[in-house]
Amino acid sequence: MYKILKKKTLGTQVVLMDVEAPRVAKASLPGQFVIVITDEKGERIPLTICDYDKKRGSVTIVFQTVGDTTRRMAGYREGDSFFAFTGPLGHPSDFVKEPLDEVKKKKFIFIGGGVGVAPVYPQVKWLKENGVDADVIIGARNKDLVILEDEMRAAAKNLYVCTDDGSYGFHGLVTDLLRDLVEKQGKSYDHAVIIGPMIMMKFAAKLTKELNIPTVVSLNTIMVDGTGMCGACRVNVGGEVKFTCVDGPEFDGHLVDFDGAMRRMTLFKTEEGKKALRITEGATHRPAGGCGVQGAKIG
Amino acid sequence: MKRTPIGEQAPDERNKNFNEVCLGYTEEQMIEEASRCLQCKTRPCVDGCPVAIKIPEFILHLRNKEYDLASRKIAEDSALPAVCGRVCPQETQCEELCVLGKKGEAVAIGKLERFVGDWTRDNKYKLADPAKPNQHKVAVIGSGPAGLTCAGDLAKLGYDITVFEALHKTGGVLVYGIPEFRLPNTVVEYEIENLKTLGVKFETNVIIGRTVTIDQLMNEEGFEAVFIGSGAGLPMFMNIPGEDLNGVYSANEFLTRSNLMGAYDDSFDTPIRVGKRVAVVGGGNVAMDAARTAKRLGAMTYIVYRRSEKELPARVEEVHHAQEEGIEFHMLTNPTEILGDDKGWVRAIRCIRMELGEPDDSGRRRPVPVKGSEYEIGVDTVVIAIGTSPNPLISQTTPGIEINKWKALIIDETTGKTTREGVYAGGDAVSGSATVILAMGAARTAAKAIDEYIRNKKK
Repeated sequence: MYKILKKKTLGTQVVLMDVEAPRVAKASLPGQFVIVITDEKGERIPLTICDYDKKRGSVTIVFQTVGDTTRRMAGYREGDSFFAFTGPLGHPSDFVKEPLDEVKKKKFIFIGGGVGVAPVYPQVKWLKENGVDADVIIGARNKDLVILEDEMRAAAKNLYVCTDDGSYGFHGLVTDLLRDLVEKQGKSYDHAVIIGPMIMMKFAAKLTKELNIPTVVSLNTIMVDGTGMCGACRVNVGGEVKFTCVDGPEFDGHLVDFDGAMRRMTLFKTEEGKKALRITEGATHRPAGGCGVQGAKIG
Repeated sequence: MKRTPIGEQAPDERNKNFNEVCLGYTEEQMIEEASRCLQCKTRPCVDGCPVAIKIPEFILHLRNKEYDLASRKIAEDSALPAVCGRVCPQETQCEELCVLGKKGEAVAIGKLERFVGDWTRDNKYKLADPAKPNQHKVAVIGSGPAGLTCAGDLAKLGYDITVFEALHKTGGVLVYGIPEFRLPNTVVEYEIENLKTLGVKFETNVIIGRTVTIDQLMNEEGFEAVFIGSGAGLPMFMNIPGEDLNGVYSANEFLTRSNLMGAYDDSFDTPIRVGKRVAVVGGGNVAMDAARTAKRLGAMTYIVYRRSEKELPARVEEVHHAQEEGIEFHMLTNPTEILGDDKGWVRAIRCIRMELGEPDDSGRRRPVPVKGSEYEIGVDTVVIAIGTSPNPLISQTTPGIEINKWKALIIDETTGKTTREGVYAGGDAVSGSATVILAMGAARTAAKAIDEYIRNKKK
């Protein structure tokens, strides 16, 4: 059992938890994810690691309450325990493995959308700890949904915040803000990392391609086991079938087939999917959605 | 010359529930069947068993109702009789060579073995006491048939064993892959409890190569040797158009959702979508398991296989059971494309008829497409059950471990030793998808070699 050491509400429907998992904490690196199971009958939920404390043996996760399972998760209190907490899964971000001198030469821009801000954080923090500057854009639908702003401000060289409705920071989408930075404020970048909802990653990656910035995205596909066993998380990258859990979760954003990936996200989630389930399954349909399809995974 | 019939759930009832199909012999039936054994001197059945269980001896004990002795006799060679009695392909092993089989029907050795395994469990009969600890630590990776066997053998010699399992539940393929109706999880759980009483420790949710590496286990955690029994968990796809459509599963995903995650039971969170009609592609045990699972979830189910019934790799019993349960077999049929609707969901599978030509490398006649014979089968779901390969995670993260072109670990067949000092392997991680019993045999060989390695190291 994996004890919840800290719980904090970050905004409407967004919860942060520190979970005791010494083996996972010890091995964690930026870019990787974990699988959480609330109880013995729960599903396996993939969540990108938001932070880790190797000394304390804890891992920080951030999730949005969208479906049944994540709502139940949000009901867990400090001192309660999760049934399973597995990881770290997937490959760490590329720059972790590259020679530091090379990394230091790069001009990084990180773009986090919604809860996608959480998995951006350990990457920016790791870079700062290693003496590398990074600019960060945080985007959210409105002021209330902006998360981890203070933490990010401490880790980033420059932090830019935007909201869709203009209730806070720059009024517009992350793509509008990036375009503004590059075209009006004379910024230039040669490496972008984009994490957020699939649709936002699709359009942000389209823009970075136009701006000629090599781009990495972190995919939040449906998963079951998360260890390469089932293929539920398969995605088309540059014409090849890849498994997000073992080949990713980070891929070249300019090669990912986002439309195909978004279609697979609807498997257990959309109205169509639900309707299809109701029609075809009757009693075996569960409204909760499926493994990782509740927007629970955040990167 | 006929074998004693065994009780089974009626086909039309069992295809709607997940309870075990085969009910096992009653004592009376068991005696009748055990009495058919000729106790012949040549003992061909033993040659047919990958772990050489002393079959005539345990059957003789059964006939005399000496159940404890029968249990001990099997335990000399096999750790999992309740499992193997249920899932071994006996018709191509022990029973194939049975003398009675030449003129009539072979002795139902598997069913008798299962009787012994079940008696042992039902009576909580203790086969072994914890050995005196010898203060040497060995790590076992994977809690499937190979890992459990290796752990048991070494624990009996006094080794301090920790089994590392990537999933949240122990049992490996016996739990995530093989459905309840063929092998109840309670059977597997009992075997694992037995190992715990021998002092074996289990750590779930640990992915070797990610959570911790083999290097760390050996250099930081004091394990003197490691056995890799991580199986072959990576699903293969056919690489035909339409495999990315919604409603296409690998058999691993389909079975994992249903078995490991309990999707067939409404009180579990994990969903599974079967639709009204399901096509399962493949002809092995896994294909039968997937098809019979789909049927139980209420779908009209088809098996699509490119060779003829004679070449089906599945156990004969599973094929019969599937046919009885109303699964439709499309033999000599190969999928060429999966077709979707405008929303990206599966609507049909396009197939071509095949005919058998000259034998290929496997000795089986090669299926050749019949020109112009394409046809469509309307389905909502397609399950691809054409095989798996070993997950490369461990070989990628362990310096000095070499793999062959099939991603399988390279070992010395006589000892199970990998290309790295102190690291041994066996089961599907070495052979690719095979059987429970072969994995157990390999694990047994490796356990012996690990014991020798550590004892010689001490000198």
